[in-house]
Amino acid sequence: MLRFALNRIFWFVPTLLAMAAFTFLIMHATPGSPFDVSDKQRPEDIKRLEALYGLDKPLPEQFVRYVWNAIHLDFGISYNARPQTVNEIIGRTFPISLHLGFMATLFAVVIGMTLGILAAVHQNGWIDYFSVTLAVLFYSMPSFVMGFLLILLFAVWLPDMGLNLGFRVGGWERPQDWLLPTIALGAAPLATLARYTRSSMIEVIRSDFVRTARAKGLTEQGVITRHVLKNALIPVVTLIGPIFAAVGTGSFFVEQVFNIPGMGKFFVTSMQVKDQTMILAVVLLYGVFLAAMNLLVDLVYGLIDPRIRY
Amino acid sequence: MAQSPTHRQPLDPLSLGLRETDSALPAPAWETEELADAVDTPGQRRTGSSVLAGELTVRKQRSLWGDAWRRLVRNRLAVIGLFIVVTFSVIAIFASVIAPYGQSEVVDFRLARQSPSWTWPMGLDANGRDIFSRMVYGAQVSLVVGVLSQAIVLAIGIPIGAVAGYFGGSTDNVLMRLVDVIYAIPQLLMVLLFVNWWGPGLFNIFLAIGLVGWVTEARLVRGQFLSLREQEYVSAARVAGAGGGYIIRKHMLPNSLTPIIVALTFGIPTAIFTEAALSFVGVGIRPPQASWGQMVADGSKPGYIETDPHMLLFPVLAIGLTMLGFSFLGDGLRDALDPKGNRD
Repeated sequence: MLRFALNRIFWFVPTLLAMAAFTFLIMHATPGSPFDVSDKQRPEDIKRLEALYGLDKPLPEQFVRYVWNAIHLDFGISYNARPQTVNEIIGRTFPISLHLGFMATLFAVVIGMTLGILAAVHQNGWIDYFSVTLAVLFYSMPSFVMGFLLILLFAVWLPDMGLNLGFRVGGWERPQDWLLPTIALGAAPLATLARYTRSSMIEVIRSDFVRTARAKGLTEQGVITRHVLKNALIPVVTLIGPIFAAVGTGSFFVEQVFNIPGMGKFFVTSMQVKDQTMILAVVLLYGVFLAAMNLLVDLVYGLIDPRIRY
Repeated sequence: MAQSPTHRQPLDPLSLGLRETDSALPAPAWETEELADAVDTPGQRRTGSSVLAGELTVRKQRSLWGDAWRRLVRNRLAVIGLFIVVTFSVIAIFASVIAPYGQSEVVDFRLARQSPSWTWPMGLDANGRDIFSRMVYGAQVSLVVGVLSQAIVLAIGIPIGAVAGYFGGSTDNVLMRLVDVIYAIPQLLMVLLFVNWWGPGLFNIFLAIGLVGWVTEARLVRGQFLSLREQEYVSAARVAGAGGGYIIRKHMLPNSLTPIIVALTFGIPTAIFTEAALSFVGVGIRPPQASWGQMVADGSKPGYIETDPHMLLFPVLAIGLTMLGFSFLGDGLRDALDPKGNRD
């Protein structure tokens, strides 16, 4: 177990370096200077600013310096939002994205797995058809389409018809503002989880040991809770990690739709103004996040399923 | 044992006699004309059909594709999906014939944000342009992005996946390490980086989506090839003296076709969504060219949502419906092409 984890972490280092190098190269190939923001600037001023941030040095030197600083968790100063450091900006915006991502994942896990379990237990019943239909609808809806449909329904049409539930078109200040973005972001993972839970449950329900459990006279409830759930939910648990990571990336658009001051919204802005330090830091953060989630899932998997050996 | 129709010999007098005694029972499915249908239902598939051939009248020959097509059209959701996809494609292809106005043609600036009416079925946008016409041209952009980006995905993903899967060993290791690294970066982020580098525009967008998306395809093809490599007919071909390229083209690629097709039906809507999302955040299609994502962005500007929801509603519905159509079709195709295969 420990060896497996160490091995994975060891492999992670070159991957992360390659990611950084790749992003670094692309960004330096992108034409235009991050300091060239208006026509009134004199070229020598731009040059001076670039020299100040070490952008006049050869590329390999810049890269080595960047990596060296990054190892010490120093991601530099945001070129666009000077004099704020990248760490300050991420420290302010990332918790908001994380908050949204956590709520969306929780929403998806609770509702999705419940629907999947109910659908499998009452196979071909109305709840089965309901959850399968819902899953198909949610699965193919992009988060920003979902978000706008929710806004139109709950913040425009229902209030017009006199049913004001207190939803607004955008914002993040009140807890009530959290509900619609959570649903919009959680809908697609909810569908995935419901589908996987359902098919995994059905597979287990048809297995021999469940027949044995029934044959020895256990109640249906006992069979489901003691035998089916335990075995069926293990593969589903592995999905939660990647889903949490994907929800983080997907929040780009949901944050844009609902005007949420999270990292995704900030990232899109820094893209447009070529804020190189910001972009690099966010890409690396997502990479670390994704890999950490996958590693966590693998380790948890080993803990809850004793059949798995590393 | 004689009761089991599978083992019954049609010309065996004993079994004939037996059949007379249970003639009160309805004829088994395999004796009726519906044999072909019965084959589709799992559990009723039988092995002895060649023995029965003499007794049956002519069993209509069906190709793999014919069978798949029949299964597809029997799936209601898949038919709805197919209908949506075909409608979408027809609109996109004949955009210039269908659209009453040009894609950036200002109908009347004074009537900006006009609500839907008989003259303009989807209303006018903030610049006084006909939303219906822009929607039609937007479909064209979506289709182009979807199809061309997937063409790039196939052109890169298949050769790399095929080589990695066929040769295995260190070739596989090197190629897959590369794929793993690219795979570790969130795809949307990479597309954003590329488009930011090359600048917005239709060509850059599908190129970026294609150049990022091939890794998934390469993994898929590699996995297929790894398992096909161990098949007996591949060994047989190799023993018969066939070279690597020949085996890949004639044996392994045709047998990997179904997962590739299914991946394609899911790849196209993903690409369409990516373009819409990029245009939505302002780094996609260059205005004034029409794009659904950009229309969503226009319609969702502060203040417009409450007063003129029609500017937002139609592009949002179009994106949602297109995604739904491809998704239904993709699910249906997967079931139809691979009836006993692994579904999730």
